[in-house]
Amino acid sequence: MNPWRHPGLWITLALTLGLGLWPVVLQKAALRETIFTILLSVALASSLNIILGYAGYISFGHVVFFGLGGYVGLYLMNTLGLSLWVALLAGGLAAALLAFLLGKAILRLRGAYFALATIGVNEAMRAFINNFAPFGGATGISLNFKVYQAYGGAANALWLVYTILLVTTLAMILISHIVKNSKFGLGLMAIREDEDAAEVMGVITPNAKTWAYVLSAVLPGMLGVLFYFKNGNIEPGDAFRLSSSIELLVMIMLGGAGTVLGPVIGAAGYQALRGFLLTNALFKNIQLSVAGILLLLIILFIPVGAVGWLRRRFPALRRLLP
Amino acid sequence: MNVLQVSGVCKRFGGLHALSNVTFDMPEGQILGLIGPNGAGKTTLFNVIDGVYPPEQGQVFFRGQDVTGAKPYRLARLGLARTHQIVRPLNDLSVRENVMVGACFGRQGLGLHEAAKTADEVLAFVRLEARAAQLAGSLNVAQKKRLEMARALAARPYLLLLDEVLAGLNPSEITAMVEIIRAIRAQGVSVIIIEHVMHAVMNVSDRLIVLDYGQQIAEGTPQEVSANPRVIEAYLGDPKLAERLLAST
Repeated sequence: MNPWRHPGLWITLALTLGLGLWPVVLQKAALRETIFTILLSVALASSLNIILGYAGYISFGHVVFFGLGGYVGLYLMNTLGLSLWVALLAGGLAAALLAFLLGKAILRLRGAYFALATIGVNEAMRAFINNFAPFGGATGISLNFKVYQAYGGAANALWLVYTILLVTTLAMILISHIVKNSKFGLGLMAIREDEDAAEVMGVITPNAKTWAYVLSAVLPGMLGVLFYFKNGNIEPGDAFRLSSSIELLVMIMLGGAGTVLGPVIGAAGYQALRGFLLTNALFKNIQLSVAGILLLLIILFIPVGAVGWLRRRFPALRRLLP
Repeated sequence: MNVLQVSGVCKRFGGLHALSNVTFDMPEGQILGLIGPNGAGKTTLFNVIDGVYPPEQGQVFFRGQDVTGAKPYRLARLGLARTHQIVRPLNDLSVRENVMVGACFGRQGLGLHEAAKTADEVLAFVRLEARAAQLAGSLNVAQKKRLEMARALAARPYLLLLDEVLAGLNPSEITAMVEIIRAIRAQGVSVIIIEHVMHAVMNVSDRLIVLDYGQQIAEGTPQEVSANPRVIEAYLGDPKLAERLLAST
């Protein structure tokens, strides 16, 4: 079976591309902002899915890579005057480096202990940045408006950011698919199912887990740069908000952990729901509790998520739902 | 050449001496039976050999190389494979994918494409080919035992550790499994087998080691061991039983 002939991959990519091109064709800025949020979630959820869905390690603090990337990127652009491209690269590298070091330290923990450790890392990073003068301490970094001029002004910069995000999201879906259909991915799934058995069969588990963690951190690091470049400023409280990590978990669980399509559908579905809740008078202040209840219901009733449920219910769909 | 040498291995869990000074050599191409009452330390010995537990004392040599305390994945890559007493299928992966893990990360370290081919060969060998596309979690116990075996074989090991692969099987399944074990040896793979199904282990083994409370109480051919008074006292119970066991099958 050739993974490139998997029709499900092309359907997923085509749907994402269609969604992404929609505001470009209509040239509507408001629609672009909506789709931006969805694509960002799709890319982040797909990244987290590599360590969570494939390797079975639940990271509760994944936003730490997003926040760190944002800080590194804004610092480089604002203080050192480097270009967005260099900043993107540096943000990804910083996140990868952090994941590598963390991987060596906390990936030996299993189950709930690893999940708890990731929360600790996120909180520690927030406390550190809060007191780190070069990154602006508690007030954070505000991007000098002049930075946007190099990209044809703020309005053009927003379209540029959107295009980069679309390309990155498509790349992430492709990476997710390639990993899942690789020898590396097979090793990760063996770890997820039974780590001791995987080790006995020859999977070098410490390395496989570390690289999976690094791979799931790189893109969030880059997207952090992109997001906060667009946003114009970054603060410790926003950059390392625990609820953002949990929302990512909800998206993956909703769509189906360990599948390529799951995080895509889950992220899009969750953002659509969130959009509805935020504009609804009754729910606008309690939208996070709705996310919490949703997570609870999924775990209780369909722990395999939408895609997983469809795959089990209709085995004929397996090829179409990667 | 000895495929495995175990010398003076001791393993304690707290105050319990799970293994005391276990020493044996295993020439290539043999089937070595490891028997003894429950809690004698048989599975612990497997765990020490394949690196799950490092021993407190003693050394383990695999094909001449000192592997004492090496990690299980290192031993797997050197050509050691094992099955688990309590089956450990990778439930959410298909039967073929389970076996591919063995082929991909075992001694040969195959790529996915070759691993799939090897997996299909090995599944046919253990007569599980009809289940290849099924999820491993959906197999019954006898099939899961064969899956454990297939996964280990797909690594193309030099030495195979089989931990009670016959337990819980019915007589016809046992006969089929014994045939498979003989066929594995015929391919040149050395086998150590832990088993309580006496007539099977007596017939299939070239040599037996008997453990009791972590001590090696006897070693020799099945005939020698079954006539040994200490073995009869500790494990077999009835002196006539051993003769009957050897006569059957």
